[in-house]
Amino acid sequence: MLNYVLRRVAIAIPTILLLVVISFVLMYAAPGGPFNSDRPLPAQVMANIEARYGLDQPYWKQMTTYIWNVVVHFDFGPSFQYRDRTVNDVIAQGFPVTLTYGFWSFIVALVVGVALGAAAAIRHNSWLDYLAVGISIGAQVLPNFVMAPILVLVFTLWLGWLPGGGWQGGQIEYLILPVIALSTSYMASIARITRSSMLEVLNAGFIRTARAKGLPTSRIIWKHAMKPTMLPVLSYLGPAFVGMITGSVIIDVFFSTGGIGQFFVNSAFNRDYSVIMGITILVGVLTVTFNLVVDLLYAWIDPKIRY
Amino acid sequence: MALLDIEDLRVTFTTGDGEVNAVNGVSFSVEEGETLAIVGESGSGKSQTAFAAMGLLARNGRATGQIRYDGRNLLELKQKELNRVRSEEIGMIFQDPMTSLNPYMRISDQMAEVLTLHKGMTKRDAVAEATKMLDAVKIPDAKNRITMFPHEFSGGMRQRIMIAMALLCQPRLLIADEPTTALDVTVQAQIMELMAEIRRDFGTAIILITHDLGIVADTCERTLVMYGGQIMETGPTEQLFERPTHPYTLGLLRAVPRIDRDDETLSTIAGEPPDMSRLPAGCPFTPRCAWAHGPCPTVRPELLPAEGYPMLRRACHAPVEEVK
Repeated sequence: MLNYVLRRVAIAIPTILLLVVISFVLMYAAPGGPFNSDRPLPAQVMANIEARYGLDQPYWKQMTTYIWNVVVHFDFGPSFQYRDRTVNDVIAQGFPVTLTYGFWSFIVALVVGVALGAAAAIRHNSWLDYLAVGISIGAQVLPNFVMAPILVLVFTLWLGWLPGGGWQGGQIEYLILPVIALSTSYMASIARITRSSMLEVLNAGFIRTARAKGLPTSRIIWKHAMKPTMLPVLSYLGPAFVGMITGSVIIDVFFSTGGIGQFFVNSAFNRDYSVIMGITILVGVLTVTFNLVVDLLYAWIDPKIRY
Repeated sequence: MALLDIEDLRVTFTTGDGEVNAVNGVSFSVEEGETLAIVGESGSGKSQTAFAAMGLLARNGRATGQIRYDGRNLLELKQKELNRVRSEEIGMIFQDPMTSLNPYMRISDQMAEVLTLHKGMTKRDAVAEATKMLDAVKIPDAKNRITMFPHEFSGGMRQRIMIAMALLCQPRLLIADEPTTALDVTVQAQIMELMAEIRRDFGTAIILITHDLGIVADTCERTLVMYGGQIMETGPTEQLFERPTHPYTLGLLRAVPRIDRDDETLSTIAGEPPDMSRLPAGCPFTPRCAWAHGPCPTVRPELLPAEGYPMLRRACHAPVEEVK
């Protein structure tokens, strides 16, 4: 098992390095720059600015300096737009917000999705099954940019129960609507995958054995069917978790939550390359990390993978 | 009183193509400590008969008639009562030991849960008991291997584990649904030997469902031949094999390869197994039977003692002396 973990971690490191290099190359290759504006700056001013941000250095030097700073010092450099803030500051400000509502969205999507999918599979072809399938299709086809305004309309404008935006340090009433808006479509996917996976598992020979052993249904579901059911769900959960904790522009814009999704889009418009790169690398590292976590969970569930 | 008494059992599946009658009015009984073989081709309804007794039919299946165990009709039991019968009274093992053990659980957990649940044992006692049972079915080094996962055992070993698990509560009846079909020939013999020992040591009655007539001849006192969801012929195995009185039994026996005879070709039963959703009103074997005549397609023959062979009962319109 330890061997397996070490091997997986060893593969993850070069993956992340490669990601850093590729994003740097892509950024460099993009036409224009953060300081190109409608009115060209005087040559001397331009040269001063470029010198300040190290853009006058040769290409390879910039790349190695950047990678060195990122890998060794976890320093993504200064923002090209906000003179007094570094990329690290931007991430430190936005990421806790997205992490909070993303994490709760993940919990909601996972719990509701698995419960709905499992209930549908256990009561296959019953009204409960049709209802669950109906809900998950409905939730899937409702994109969050439709969901968000509907939620605000109903819960803020009509009912007046919840604030329609803001963050206030993540107080619960500010959290509810963003979490619902973000989690719905993930919940729908999880429900669908859980349902089809569990339907297959329930037809397996070892479930028949469990029934022949006289085990109560609840024990068959939890002890025998749940683990194998979760295998395909798990491979979806890794990327989904990253997707949720790195936030969503839609959520940040609609609910003014101030997460990194908003910074990401703003920096793309402003050609604030260092912020774009910082966030890209953050998402990439999280993706690699949670895929690794998923693989390890896989090994924990399925004993055949361990050796 | 018989241990298990099945009367007019019918099993029907509701499918997209209409009703499929897998078992059509089957009646038989199993005595305490007896070994009964149910033989027949695939789709003859032999496995579904056993599944019905254990309440293991697929969701779209329905069983009617009576399956009396110890005087109680199993078909009328509530789920909870049925769960007590399973394992405690009737154990069951299945065709494919590769898939019938849970690949995600240790053998110790899979076996111990039977005892903690049915006998109220502690986990520790249950594992100790399970280890003893693994010893009894000759799993080498059971004490250490019990914590392993199913994929760490061979097919034959897994079937031994299945048998051990089915016997944990010492049921009075063991239903074995094609227990050797998925195994190597040498392993088949070992498993059958094990089943014979179990019967001797525990006095367990066994229903052996198989299409392998070779293992039936060696191990079962009584044989029941099924076709199209109905019983074609039944009687003591020795007599049935020596003088089959039903055209279908005759065909089955002729299809067994033998090295003591110098046959050029292996004979088969012409035609195909019946379409269970469109069975003829009469004998289901009619379209493939060389002796088929007047009443066969329309009148269902009753299961009656064979003339001149009182130990055998057959469902056939053709006179006994003509069928050979």
